[in-house]
Amino acid sequence: MKKWLLAGAAALLLTTLSGTSYAEYKAEHRGGTMRLLSRSAGGTLDPHINYTLQYWQLYQPTYDGLVTFKKAAGAEGFKIVADIAEEIPKSENSGKTYVFKIRKGIKFSDGRELGVKDVVASFQRIFKVSSPTSGSFFAGIVGADKCLAEPAKCTLEGGVVGDEAAGTVTINLTQPDAEFFDKLGLPHAVILPADAPAQDAGSVPIPGTGPYMFESYDPNKALVMVRNPHFKVWSEEAQPDGYPDKVQYDFGLSEEASVTAIQNGEADWLFDEIPADRLGEIGTKNKEQVHVTPLTAWWYLPMNTRLAPFDNEKARQAVSYAIDRKALVKIFGGSVLASPVCQVLPPGFPGHEPYCPFTKNPGKKWSAPDMEKAKKLVEESGTKGQKVTIIAEDKAISKSIGVYLQSVLTELGYQADVKPIATNIQFTYIQNTNNKVQMSITQWYQDYPAASDFLYILFGCESFHEGSDSSVNISGFCDKGLNDKMKKALELGVEDQAAANKMWAEIDKAVTDKAPAAGLFTPKHLDFVSKRLGNFQFNSQYYWMVTQSWVQ
Amino acid sequence: MACLAIFCLIAVLCLLAPAYVSFANTDPFRASLDATVEINGVEVPVMEESTEGLALGYTPIGPTWQLGNYFLGADNQGRDVMARLLYGGLNSLLISGAATIITMVLATAIGLTAGFFGGMTDTILSRILDVLWAFPVYLLAISLSIVLIAQGIDLGIIVVEAGSLWLPIFIIAIVYIPYIARPIRGQVLALRRSEFVLAAIGLGVPEHRILLRDILPNVSTTLIVFTPLMLAINMLTESALSFLSIGVQPPDASWGTIIQDGQGLLYTRPMVALAPGLAIALTVLVLNILGDGVRDALDPRSKIKLGGD
Repeated sequence: MKKWLLAGAAALLLTTLSGTSYAEYKAEHRGGTMRLLSRSAGGTLDPHINYTLQYWQLYQPTYDGLVTFKKAAGAEGFKIVADIAEEIPKSENSGKTYVFKIRKGIKFSDGRELGVKDVVASFQRIFKVSSPTSGSFFAGIVGADKCLAEPAKCTLEGGVVGDEAAGTVTINLTQPDAEFFDKLGLPHAVILPADAPAQDAGSVPIPGTGPYMFESYDPNKALVMVRNPHFKVWSEEAQPDGYPDKVQYDFGLSEEASVTAIQNGEADWLFDEIPADRLGEIGTKNKEQVHVTPLTAWWYLPMNTRLAPFDNEKARQAVSYAIDRKALVKIFGGSVLASPVCQVLPPGFPGHEPYCPFTKNPGKKWSAPDMEKAKKLVEESGTKGQKVTIIAEDKAISKSIGVYLQSVLTELGYQADVKPIATNIQFTYIQNTNNKVQMSITQWYQDYPAASDFLYILFGCESFHEGSDSSVNISGFCDKGLNDKMKKALELGVEDQAAANKMWAEIDKAVTDKAPAAGLFTPKHLDFVSKRLGNFQFNSQYYWMVTQSWVQ
Repeated sequence: MACLAIFCLIAVLCLLAPAYVSFANTDPFRASLDATVEINGVEVPVMEESTEGLALGYTPIGPTWQLGNYFLGADNQGRDVMARLLYGGLNSLLISGAATIITMVLATAIGLTAGFFGGMTDTILSRILDVLWAFPVYLLAISLSIVLIAQGIDLGIIVVEAGSLWLPIFIIAIVYIPYIARPIRGQVLALRRSEFVLAAIGLGVPEHRILLRDILPNVSTTLIVFTPLMLAINMLTESALSFLSIGVQPPDASWGTIIQDGQGLLYTRPMVALAPGLAIALTVLVLNILGDGVRDALDPRSKIKLGGD
């Protein structure tokens, strides 16, 4: 109780100082056990390695970075706020240097105080454990090239420099990076104890600094989070205290059984998608327990610009014109759960300006397919009659979309077939050029709120790697002019983000016109929670803020 | 005989699939998300949109019990389940039948060769069979399917395109060869030392003639008994592979793929999964009883036992 009072006082002080008002912590709801369900575990518990939304959601109340995404509902969650750093530093050295002053008094869950050495060691560890984003998001730190070449000997010399006396950490970049704080706000850059293992910690929890800590983890059974006894609130917007005393995350139950468990009050939430045949039921019988939120995500159809027939721009555009996005929305669960799109950037995302050229009555919105125009374009392209294989995931929705697209392509005059392959290998399979994938069905969910995370990552020349499983530019699209413009927009963002976003809007339109991929729809996220769960808040960056809800 | 009649009836019904599709004026391989159907004079959408509460999701129409008019309802893409069931049965029977023929032919050839010639030939063939036998059947079938299903087979003279029905046929045929070849080999080993074979060798009868004229007829009873049982096992294997998306590829149907389509509709439209499930169960049951009947009819020991009762 005393601990809570201290936390509350700190929060009140911070609120007053920052001039921002936050929802009052409701002590009467504190306590209880929250029960979450998932069909399977999300892999390693190591925050520097895990790259799943399932655990990124849980890292929010367990770990902290120098900065973080604001723990607030809606698009406010895209805002970067200081976390372990006292404040967000101004850039120095023409945008290439940042000096972070480390907060004092923050303790890890094992009782040790967090210090400068932990921050420096954590950045080295990103490379030592070969974090999946070490070569992309953090490759711009001085010394990163050596660390990527020899991870075990990583020192980031000259890149991350600690000053124990001043309590500061200086990060030097090889070139200015407008998205550097976004990258620092991701779980791959959280601060861990300096003696954290220099390899994947697997199922052994690493101490963190948030209000909760992982107590136990058995990937075949359950993950348990309990309160961190050493936690005190230092910033409500960065790391607020949570409500439940314990979070019990059980694995193994099917989606059908999980829905029933929630209906019966035996569980509070499930991670997996709600089975299609239960949507109608929960939307009527349990509508107060359903939360539907738009996502900054994209279901799309990459078309290989280096293989026939889609090395022909007209053939790609024909497909974009022919797709009935309304039918696809229907497959996904209806207009409540998805909206048709033509362009790359999702609504509400930086740089998004509504645009849809591939529809009847082109303009800002998709209205209907234009089959006549599509057929004409196929004729003009001279690709009619060619064979096309669509690679889908073996999940119900992706497979159904594949079957639908096959009929569209057949109507256009192609010899189309669809191959559903195992979901866990499909994404790497479609990236590798050796597999000669002509067309695939896939999704992209933002890492952080920046237009480049869609446009440059998915269609930049640098994202294409021949023969690699990590060639996320699945279309193999590389337009030198557009690529240079993307780089210019990235540079411009360092000085003037608003101007950069305008430039990204132009790039979005240009990429959409060239149709290296056909946009299908923007999905919405459906959370189904128990009756007893209160204070549901959806953060645009990390989705449902688990411990900000209460169960009593 | 009743079982044989039921099996023939199932096969005939499946063969009538194209006729049913023409009668129902439906395309079982194309999504019909916007289709409508007339029930009791009222036009209703095949995919019913939820309008109550939050209006989440679509539910395919259930069984109408009117032949040619979504008799068993629609699946999650608005396709007629009855039409797919008949086409699926056709594919399931075709695959299991073709795989059974290939298995029997190859296994017989291997068993006869290994058992009759013995020595190094027997050692090599038996070890190959041992290696195949060492893998659990489904593990081997799934591994082969995952490797081959997306790329197909290209061995120069043998080219099988990805998505072809020949892929599951070959995969299923290969994994069951040891299960037939080994008992055949054992029988041939015994027959090789029998007096009539030794006499034929002594008379200088060519080996291939001995194999075809003297040994093959003596193992034919075993082959006949195994055939319906293999057909049943192959049908189950095909359904399992298709259910796992590594057998028949969409939009083609097999009973396994229809069960998979129906898995997501178990709660609202159980008939989509139930109908092919019952079809598999009935066909396999009939084939097993038929197999037992054939064994009883052809196995002299079984006859003696029955006579003694």
